[in-house]
Amino acid sequence: MIEAILLTIATAATPLLLAALGELVVERSGVLNLGVEGMMIMGAVAGFGAAQLSGSPWVGLLAAVCAGALFSMLFGFLTLTLATNQVATGLSLTILGLGLSGMLGESFVGLPGLKLQAWAIPGLSEIPLIGKLLFAQDPIFYISIALTVAVWWFVFFTRAGLTLRAVGDSHVSAHALGLRVIRIRYLAVLFGGACAGMAGGHLSLVYTPQWTENMTAGRGWIALALVVFASWLPWRLVAGAYLFGAVTIAQFHAQAQGVGIPSQFLSALPYLATIFVLVLISSNRRMTMRNTPASLGKPFVPER
Amino acid sequence: MRNTTKFVLAAVAAFGLAGQASAAEVKACFVYVGPIGDFGWSYQHDQGRLAVEEEFGDKVETAYLESVPEGADAERAIERFARSGCDIIFTTSFGYMDPTNKIAAKFPDVKFEHATGYKRETPNVSVYSSKFYQGRYIQGQIAAKVSETGVAGYIASFPIPEVVRGINSFILGAQSIDPDFKLKVVWVNTWFDPGKEADAAKALIDQGVDIITQHTDSTAPMQVAAERGIKAFGQASDMANFGPETQLTSIIDDWAPYYVERVKAVLDGTWESQDVWHGMAEGNVVMAPYANMPDDVKEMAQETEAKITSGEFEPFTGPIKKQDGSEWLAEGEKADIGTMLGMNFYVEGVDDQLPQ
Repeated sequence: MIEAILLTIATAATPLLLAALGELVVERSGVLNLGVEGMMIMGAVAGFGAAQLSGSPWVGLLAAVCAGALFSMLFGFLTLTLATNQVATGLSLTILGLGLSGMLGESFVGLPGLKLQAWAIPGLSEIPLIGKLLFAQDPIFYISIALTVAVWWFVFFTRAGLTLRAVGDSHVSAHALGLRVIRIRYLAVLFGGACAGMAGGHLSLVYTPQWTENMTAGRGWIALALVVFASWLPWRLVAGAYLFGAVTIAQFHAQAQGVGIPSQFLSALPYLATIFVLVLISSNRRMTMRNTPASLGKPFVPER
Repeated sequence: MRNTTKFVLAAVAAFGLAGQASAAEVKACFVYVGPIGDFGWSYQHDQGRLAVEEEFGDKVETAYLESVPEGADAERAIERFARSGCDIIFTTSFGYMDPTNKIAAKFPDVKFEHATGYKRETPNVSVYSSKFYQGRYIQGQIAAKVSETGVAGYIASFPIPEVVRGINSFILGAQSIDPDFKLKVVWVNTWFDPGKEADAAKALIDQGVDIITQHTDSTAPMQVAAERGIKAFGQASDMANFGPETQLTSIIDDWAPYYVERVKAVLDGTWESQDVWHGMAEGNVVMAPYANMPDDVKEMAQETEAKITSGEFEPFTGPIKKQDGSEWLAEGEKADIGTMLGMNFYVEGVDDQLPQ
């Protein structure tokens, strides 16, 4: 039973982690993209649709990633090239994504989807308790863990990551040093879109293989909040996403067991617990200040 | 959210202008709380709208607004419809009750039909609702027959009378077959979140239930049940596609007969304000084909359905005790409509505390 619970938690946490990882890179470059929910739902509909039409969930996953990336470029063009307000543009991206996906997905409603099958690694997956959790998961779970390591290594241990952080901290100085601020931000936004798209693909190809309008149901917003509460550090994102998933599942089990706590409180518990723990671990203010991208949300117009 | 609604309203205004040249005698308009693609509540209302179009062809023009939040936005949406020449407006969510009545007072020539509410402040407002709980009783009986563990799981949305009635009816049905039958209830506090509903279903199955039933709108629980190889009941629409070997039956909300009837009344000039609570007898509550169960269970279900449809049997008939063991209905006594509509207590046998 514990094994089954752990598996459920991983499934619930993976889309949050993926979307949040993408947004972390975007925000590290100094761009605030509130359109995560919109990119995610575009990924979900594209993933479901492509899997239906091609008959392969892998094509679906690829389509989800591309759809998220493509959609993020709309945001990139508006905020980076035309220097529009990032908050307003991000919000409209979410609204547009929710509406557009509903329209595109109209003919997919009510169809059972194709599921991306789990990969069990022989031998390792038979270890009791953690075997299934770590080594018999869906492919997107492995990607999410690999990406976490990659993002952490990239941001803190590579020259390119240093450049990314420099652009996010002071775009004026970065520009003065000859760094190509707009181009770097474009790449970051593109990566963020691809991750959000993949998170959406996870929803419609693994989590609940179906298409229904609004199926992201606010997960994009949770991912956004996780980035801030994790003070822009990849490993804390993992902690936040898994804690959120764990408390969500645990409270369902508590309810099914008949624990006499009001269900409204239990439903709020994942949010409360995640905020509490992440605030606690980021209570070191100097550390948090150092990790907050100083240029976050400010448009950059290079002086010619 | 507000921006979307404005955008939608602008679009509707544009359509309204374009549509003025049409020769339709009656314009029927619908306001939905969710997207029509939810394959649940709003989807079924929209199926009703399509049936109206089908029935009357060019004589009736229809229009709809989807995902209209309950509250101030609803008032604007309804008013816009009233101004744009709608003759009858269906407002299909409980939270539209006050906005509907407010706008109805301003437009005495327009007919208003509000679903699942109870306020009729002016003679141009009707209210209508549906006895879904009748289907729940049958589901309870089937569950008790089919289950091996003797425990079913119930994924519930919000602790409102409509949902509580369903839970009570389900357990009454189950206990009419197996007095020891148990029901585990999980509240997800949302009408629609496929992921959460799937998680709730998984939690219930991990706790040993082998039947899943839901009062939320997505098809996710059905899919989880199919994956885990247990049985489940669909909700609002026929979900057999998502679990061909899983779905026992489903309660289908069929609004088409009512919508056709009411639009026809407007066409004929016979529309009058009324308060109806339709069920199986009127064809408002329909059971999806009984499947994946032995023949004797199927026959039992059909028999109960026939008795409920003919009015011979009513699920809330005594003796029934409340959860705390106190007596609610005496032998043969039927629940009065006020208690039914405001039901805020469990009957005996539900293994859960009702959130207040």
